[in-house]
Amino acid sequence: MKPKTFFNEMFEDDGTVRSHYGAFEDWLKNTPPEKITQNRQAADLLFHRVGITFAVYGEATGTERLIPFDIVPHVIPAAQWDKISAGLTQRVTALNAFLHDVYHEQKILKAGKVPADKVIENSQFRPEMIGVDVPGGIYAHVAGIDLVKDSDGEYYVLEDNLRTPSGVSYLLENRKMMMRLFPELFAAQRIRPVDHYPDLLLETLRNAAPVGIDNPTIVLMTPGHFNSAYFEHAFLAQQMGVELVEGIDLFVADNTVFMRTTQGPKKVDVIYRRIDDDFIDPEAFRPDSMLGVPGLMRAFKAGRVTLANAVGTGVADDKSLYPYVPEMIRFYLGEEPILKNVHTYQLGNKADLNYVLAHMEELVIKEAQGSGGYGMLVGPHSTKDERERYKQRLLDAPERFIAQPTLALSVCPTFTDKGLAPRHIDLRPYVLSGRGVNFVPGGLTRVALREGSLVVNSSQGGGVKDTWIVD
Amino acid sequence: MLSRTASTLYWMSRNVERAENTARILDVAYRMSLLTKDPHLQDQEWFAPLNITGTLFPFSGRHSIVNSKEVLHFMALDAENPSSIYNCAKQARENARAVRGTITSEMWEVLNGTWLEMQNMDEDRLYARGISSFFEWVKERSHLFRGVTFGTIRRDEAFQFHRIGTYMERADNTARMLDVKYHVLLPSVEDVGGAVDYYQWSAVLRSVSAFESYRKVYRDVITPLKVAELLVLRDDIPRSLRFCFQEIYEILCKVQNATSFEATRQAGEIFAALQFGTVQNIFSSGLHEYLTAFLDSTHRLGGEIDKSFFESTVPVLATNAAQPS
Repeated sequence: MKPKTFFNEMFEDDGTVRSHYGAFEDWLKNTPPEKITQNRQAADLLFHRVGITFAVYGEATGTERLIPFDIVPHVIPAAQWDKISAGLTQRVTALNAFLHDVYHEQKILKAGKVPADKVIENSQFRPEMIGVDVPGGIYAHVAGIDLVKDSDGEYYVLEDNLRTPSGVSYLLENRKMMMRLFPELFAAQRIRPVDHYPDLLLETLRNAAPVGIDNPTIVLMTPGHFNSAYFEHAFLAQQMGVELVEGIDLFVADNTVFMRTTQGPKKVDVIYRRIDDDFIDPEAFRPDSMLGVPGLMRAFKAGRVTLANAVGTGVADDKSLYPYVPEMIRFYLGEEPILKNVHTYQLGNKADLNYVLAHMEELVIKEAQGSGGYGMLVGPHSTKDERERYKQRLLDAPERFIAQPTLALSVCPTFTDKGLAPRHIDLRPYVLSGRGVNFVPGGLTRVALREGSLVVNSSQGGGVKDTWIVD
Repeated sequence: MLSRTASTLYWMSRNVERAENTARILDVAYRMSLLTKDPHLQDQEWFAPLNITGTLFPFSGRHSIVNSKEVLHFMALDAENPSSIYNCAKQARENARAVRGTITSEMWEVLNGTWLEMQNMDEDRLYARGISSFFEWVKERSHLFRGVTFGTIRRDEAFQFHRIGTYMERADNTARMLDVKYHVLLPSVEDVGGAVDYYQWSAVLRSVSAFESYRKVYRDVITPLKVAELLVLRDDIPRSLRFCFQEIYEILCKVQNATSFEATRQAGEIFAALQFGTVQNIFSSGLHEYLTAFLDSTHRLGGEIDKSFFESTVPVLATNAAQPS
């Protein structure tokens, strides 16, 4: 791979600094290296003390790690962000319309715009949801849309996360940290604020309450403190001033959800759940789930409680349906998509399969229903041996895989052991849907800390950066 | 507040208090063992901490001899002993993590920081640091946590359940400390009232930070009767049984719910007996017998608190909740 072809967020090809990075570059130039090291260490120390950690699956239970934080921000000019945000609004609106449609009239399937079998036979399609009306027709109240910038400087949507997207707490903590470390930079330019996210989320959840509930009781439901995102669950609950509950704290009586409190049962109206569909109700889904609440699905279908996100959103963010999102935008909104999709090969399709098998070392191959960067093959970084083994998995069940060209993800200068060096990044804005679509400017910037690596997931050695939208 | 949250807060503060008290107990044993020169008698001192905490049985299961090294390791560092200081710090931190949204970030940071340091503690480091200095550290972390809690937390239900936990654990501990003299035999009958006796009683006082208070209150030599009076009946000694139960009773009145009457009643009964009791009465039936009965009733109250606030399978709706779908 020729490093030249990457879009560098900070520098033009000729090495001059892009104007929106001017203020940071000034700081970098005029600050003694010791001071910079000091700031970096201060950040590490603070994160450690506050205990902003995540658990890593597959390691000993309770292993907690600090997510590495890099002090060089990802800066985006406001004009560019305004275009992105229009694209996000459009995309998430269409995805919600799609979800409502597939669980009601299925117009888009009847029109032949999306293959019916891809939806109906998808393991994420929940027949239980057919005909169920949700408040405001909103299914994905919180969506995380992963964006990358290719070498052409254009943003592409890498994937949509409509189930229980996480990471927003890092976005907020990163900003807090940067304001602490670089007050002068925040004073010198207008960086759009993000710290009102919990307010927006709370408002979104309040508006999602069942009809007729004026002052809803909202809870955040977590799988518990061994979950990798537990820190975030606790953080958001505290920021919104709502109870952080586990399955055992709730019970259902007469299709109504209650939480067990020291003063007796209290009715619950809205559950912001950070637990997968499969586990929320052992009566309706996995009977072995110890995390869920028996009867929750009944209460939800009866309209007595709102689940955010709704059950069954996974069918819209499944990688096998991703290629059809532009079509959804055209179908429901009559608009051309503002944000582009990455070209996607569907391995269930014979021609695509053959192409992929012949070009494995150029492509990124993923399981259609995987997440977190587990079980994917990054062709250009794979060994022959790895490709051979992956090929066997592909041939066993090709329809379970998709492939995409290896994008030349943009790079952003990042502090490494050897000083400042370019590292690949992506961007995950969090999009809230309620009465209209809402978000805080920017998103979580994830950075692949290993040289040349394109995998930004925290479970795979990724770090995070603050994202600045500057006017 | 969620029942589970209340329960976790209660146990969080019990764990912190227990870590502190275990450090106090071990510190006293350590000091007492230094008073005697006979190595055999020195080892005898180390039965006391095991007896006080009721852990002689699990200890004997894994150790054949009782001496300072073995007992210190078992009670301070042993990851297999659920009530070691190590495990109390670990549990308190786990509890805090589970209710992080309810406690203040300062409280979390103290417990998290304590655990991060405790994690790295082993026997070599313990001896290198000095045994007493380690106990000082444990006590200081507990003091810090108490101070930070008082200085930062909202005076809501969370605070109340945190306080109940502290006082339940403390009352239990003070009673056990006072009973230590029952477990520590004097070398001979002539030693009653002698130097060793004096040092033992003053060690008990020091272990609950009440030595100086004793001097101020009585301006007198140390006698068992007065030590017991101070630690059982006085209303101005923060680790006395009466002080603890005044708090427990008052908090239970504040947080009462439809099912908590029995807990409040039991706490009130214990408190009344402490409020109106006399030290002569206590000694007429025997201090050890008195303390044993006290520990039993405290234990019963713990079960009652559990039932009224933490289990919360709410009676009104319990039948509905159990309905098959």
